[in-house]
Amino acid sequence: MKNKFSDIIRKDGFQTLLASLICILGGLFVGYLVLLIIEPSGAFEAIVAVMKSFLRYPGALKMKYFGQVLTRTVPLLMCALSVLFAYKVGMFNIGVAGQYVAGACAGLYAALAWNLPWYLCLICAMLAGALLGAAAGFLKTKCNVNIVISGIMLNWIILYVTNLVLTSVKSPTSPYTKGLQGSNPAALLPGMGLGQFFNNEKSVTIGIPLAILMAVVVWVILNKTKFGYELKATGNNYNAAKYAGMKENRNIILTMMIAGALAGMGAGLLYLTGIEEWETTISSVPGMGFNGIAVAFLGGLSPLGSILSAFFIQYITTGGGNVDLQVYCSQISSLISALIIYLCAFVAFFKFFMASVIRKQEEKKAAALKAAENKEGGEG
Amino acid sequence: MTLLLQYTLIFASVLLLVALGGCFAERSGVINIGLEGIMVIGALGGALVLKFLPVTVGPLVMVLATVAVSALFGLLFSLLLAVAAISFKADQTITGTAMNMLATAGATVAVKAMNTAASGGNDVSSDIAYTHTKDLLLVRIGNFEFNWFMLVAVICLVLSFVALYKTKFGLRLRACGEHPQAAASVGVDVLKMRYAGVLISGLLGGLGGIVYITAGVSVWKFENGVAGFGFLAMAVMIFGGWHPLKIALASLLFGFCRALGNVYSGFDFMVALNIPSVVYNMLPYIISLVVLAFTSKKSQGPKAAGVPYDKGTR
Repeated sequence: MKNKFSDIIRKDGFQTLLASLICILGGLFVGYLVLLIIEPSGAFEAIVAVMKSFLRYPGALKMKYFGQVLTRTVPLLMCALSVLFAYKVGMFNIGVAGQYVAGACAGLYAALAWNLPWYLCLICAMLAGALLGAAAGFLKTKCNVNIVISGIMLNWIILYVTNLVLTSVKSPTSPYTKGLQGSNPAALLPGMGLGQFFNNEKSVTIGIPLAILMAVVVWVILNKTKFGYELKATGNNYNAAKYAGMKENRNIILTMMIAGALAGMGAGLLYLTGIEEWETTISSVPGMGFNGIAVAFLGGLSPLGSILSAFFIQYITTGGGNVDLQVYCSQISSLISALIIYLCAFVAFFKFFMASVIRKQEEKKAAALKAAENKEGGEG
Repeated sequence: MTLLLQYTLIFASVLLLVALGGCFAERSGVINIGLEGIMVIGALGGALVLKFLPVTVGPLVMVLATVAVSALFGLLFSLLLAVAAISFKADQTITGTAMNMLATAGATVAVKAMNTAASGGNDVSSDIAYTHTKDLLLVRIGNFEFNWFMLVAVICLVLSFVALYKTKFGLRLRACGEHPQAAASVGVDVLKMRYAGVLISGLLGGLGGIVYITAGVSVWKFENGVAGFGFLAMAVMIFGGWHPLKIALASLLFGFCRALGNVYSGFDFMVALNIPSVVYNMLPYIISLVVLAFTSKKSQGPKAAGVPYDKGTR
């Protein structure tokens, strides 16, 4: 039994899971402390409300909100896939937020101005994201521009462009774009009857299985193809990959394109469900992309781990709305996500620490065994 | 025209302060992506002083107190980066990104809690207003509004140049960013130097934050953070070749682009061009991308920036 445990604890996957759980607990704990500082009397109820999220609603409503949480998990997962895919080739894709915005822009414009059906809208969203990702990759490889800085600059540029473009298809009475249901129902993602499992929630569509499929595809590309191998090699050692004959610059641009397409598709899969419209007066880049970074690292940079962590982050983000708004504010959940990603930065150290503890214990055991043998030998 | 000059100088002061901060961190070997977040926290500290200190204290005390508190807030917040990246060898990019998210979320939660408590639940905004005290920061010379923070920025520029290039401390700090193992071999405490670099960057970044939010407005909505200004400052730093004097010139250029967005409606010929205002909003970001695209190829940052210090490597 004990041997089995020491085998498990040495597995990388197990250590990642353990580290993620510690990050989550740490984030929730500090979040609770913040609530305590704001107003001690209701803090416990508030943190419980955040953690219960949609589960606190009764029966049928619960399934409806569960469906909405899943729908909103989709873009988060896609952004996380974008981040982790780019990270494998050594690129920190903070431009994911802009690629997501570009996807929303192209997807909604295609749907509302050109009246295209949903699959073409989705392709437009992917292309727009890919274009922006490729731009960052090109600037990195050809002009040596730091990918984080170019990403942030592109985020802001594309935000203003999107507001400008989507103003042409906004509803005449509000700052939001026109509703898809009324203007172009063909652009709505097909539900395929999935909604009936969620109390007929309309926003539950093929987007959910599609996103999970994409996670599997990303896993396959990274782990089972030559292209994925080259990407990881380039990420681990740029020069070694170059000397081995891999086209490192082409690979970087291609990776950023794919990463951008994933993020753009995520935006398409959210906005084409009609669950919400784009606000054309928005003055800061939506947090979806940045949360995607949190999800990717919390999921241990693995596509399948990201499915779980995306659901978790969306779960507590939704939970943030549950707190008593007369006393607290819903941003407490953004604070918790931010704390979690900060703690994730310590994961490498944590693993190193675990490894050294295990090694020391083994050395102790080996020394004890040797001592016992020597003793026996001495007696004999 | 005076207005354009005034806004150019004040935005240049912001960029100068924050870019100098970035320069200290990178020269010591740590990439400080978290500058954006440090600005938010510094701005929060300064805004609290402006809100709660009575007008009667006079301009000198007001300016000094604001400067001191925002610098202190920035410095304390930068400890998050220092501890993670230097002591625990964490990935500097992830840590910095987390700090940016943490700062905006934390400042929003704090300001909202403060407003909610003060108003008994009626005011749940994330705004801090400092209309009444902001005048103490300004001296009017004709049409031109001189802001004491411009002087602070110039003082910081001179001090930074002297500290980096004319002192033993500066030489050691720069050595830690180029080749920490070599620096260690002659007895320099690399970790201590890197702590110094990051903490100074926190101090300057926090200062830049308060200058930014008092530049054009007298109410700040903390939910919005500082709109990528921390990253613009990093672009200024790269364009300025990690050197204080060139950074000063670069921040004037970028400050000018940013100021255009604020004042273009005052110029007839610019209004006549009929360019939508969003284009002016985008301008600083576009210019910085273009400038970086043309200058990054040749630019040489500190060689060891971004690499955690490991005694064992050569």
